[in-house]
Amino acid sequence: MSTHQIQVTVNGVPMNVEVEARLLLVHLLREKMRLTGTHIGCDTTHCGACTILMDGEPMKSCTILAVQADGSKIVTVEGLEENGTLHPVQEGFWEKHGLQCGFCTPGMMLTSCALLERNQNPSELQIREAISGNLCRCTGYTNIIKAVQYAAQKLQSSQAPAQSAASKEA
Amino acid sequence: MIPAAFDYHSPATLQEAIGLLTQYRDTAKVMSGGQSLLPLLKLRLGSAEHLVDIGRIPGLDYLREEGGFLKIGGRTREVALERSELIKTRYPILLDTALVIADPLVRNRATIGGNLAHGDPANDHPATMLAVRAEVSAVGPKGERKIPIDQFFVGLFATALEPDEILTEIRVPVPTAGTGGAYVKLERKVGDYATAAAAAQLTVQGGKITRAGLALTNAGPVPNRAAAAEQFLVGKATDEKTLAEAAHLAAEATTPNADRRGQVDYKKEMARVLATRALRKAVERAGGKS
Repeated sequence: MSTHQIQVTVNGVPMNVEVEARLLLVHLLREKMRLTGTHIGCDTTHCGACTILMDGEPMKSCTILAVQADGSKIVTVEGLEENGTLHPVQEGFWEKHGLQCGFCTPGMMLTSCALLERNQNPSELQIREAISGNLCRCTGYTNIIKAVQYAAQKLQSSQAPAQSAASKEA
Repeated sequence: MIPAAFDYHSPATLQEAIGLLTQYRDTAKVMSGGQSLLPLLKLRLGSAEHLVDIGRIPGLDYLREEGGFLKIGGRTREVALERSELIKTRYPILLDTALVIADPLVRNRATIGGNLAHGDPANDHPATMLAVRAEVSAVGPKGERKIPIDQFFVGLFATALEPDEILTEIRVPVPTAGTGGAYVKLERKVGDYATAAAAAQLTVQGGKITRAGLALTNAGPVPNRAAAAEQFLVGKATDEKTLAEAAHLAAEATTPNADRRGQVDYKKEMARVLATRALRKAVERAGGKS
């Protein structure tokens, strides 16, 4: 089995790490980098609990090899808050009770961040479509939609530069 | 779940990739987006000693009209179809298809070439590419060869690609005036394979169908066109009775398996319903009324 030296930027921090060819990105994040906010749910590309942003796009890190992330910029849920201040999406999940058990929440929030980067004012249908690859077994989704709408409003109304996941990657 | 051990290769050029495939032949697998291959390897339903990742080879990711074709680079991601104005306005059947493949997160990585080269009759692009009469290009040690889509799918998870060939391009003929196409799918939930799905493309001139493409997803072990239905449609008017009879012929020819998505009779009936809907929508988009 081959091993590979890769360079990835995780939540703004460049890292060099040696990985086995078969190591999955989710295992690199959780076990080697101890970023356990990225969850493993189904482990079969269905549930989205392992969602991360790779070069700004939400993807399922259980279905990406760590070696494929060489040269890319990764954002995990740990990278959303800044200096103790929650990202507007995190604030929305808090304010609107967008979680119960919390297992899907990191993936939900990262997918929502990516949606709001592309579309500052998504309709309810667009939010539902965007999170259709992230499963939640508690909430019935209603409060998750409200949380994303809260974040959209907050991002629109804030004059200060948005604490965007994408700008953090830069 | 962790895949069995393999060597990973990330060739920088197509030639380098083909060299690796020539060297490793049957022990190698090409990885494009990896959204079908990695789950298979993780579940240990498949194995490979060598993974040849074409993800870093430049020039395989594009959508453009050229020389009478829409040319799609083999490694173009599904999300590119969703975001393309060209696809939305000129090839709505491809947008229909992209939007029902897996889920948005998977589509951010999954590729169109991978969807075809996987040879899975449950995948959505095969029926669509049959309906629009696409052609694929494969590059191997002897250079490039063109494969008509009707010769591409040869068995369950088996395609005409040789072990040392890579699918580099899909070509969809630019639709002529009066042409419309649509893909409709019945799925239990987002991300599921089709219980039944249908791709239809019709050219309508002077109220008569002059060209017909119709294919169904998950309708048997090998993606195949509904040839009898297509023949029936050509020369007919676009009335509801004609479309219904064509859908009936298409559904009759299917050989679905019973599984948790339904029994054989149910799936055949759903194939008929969805073929009818796809044909109606194709007529509508062709500019006529059904």
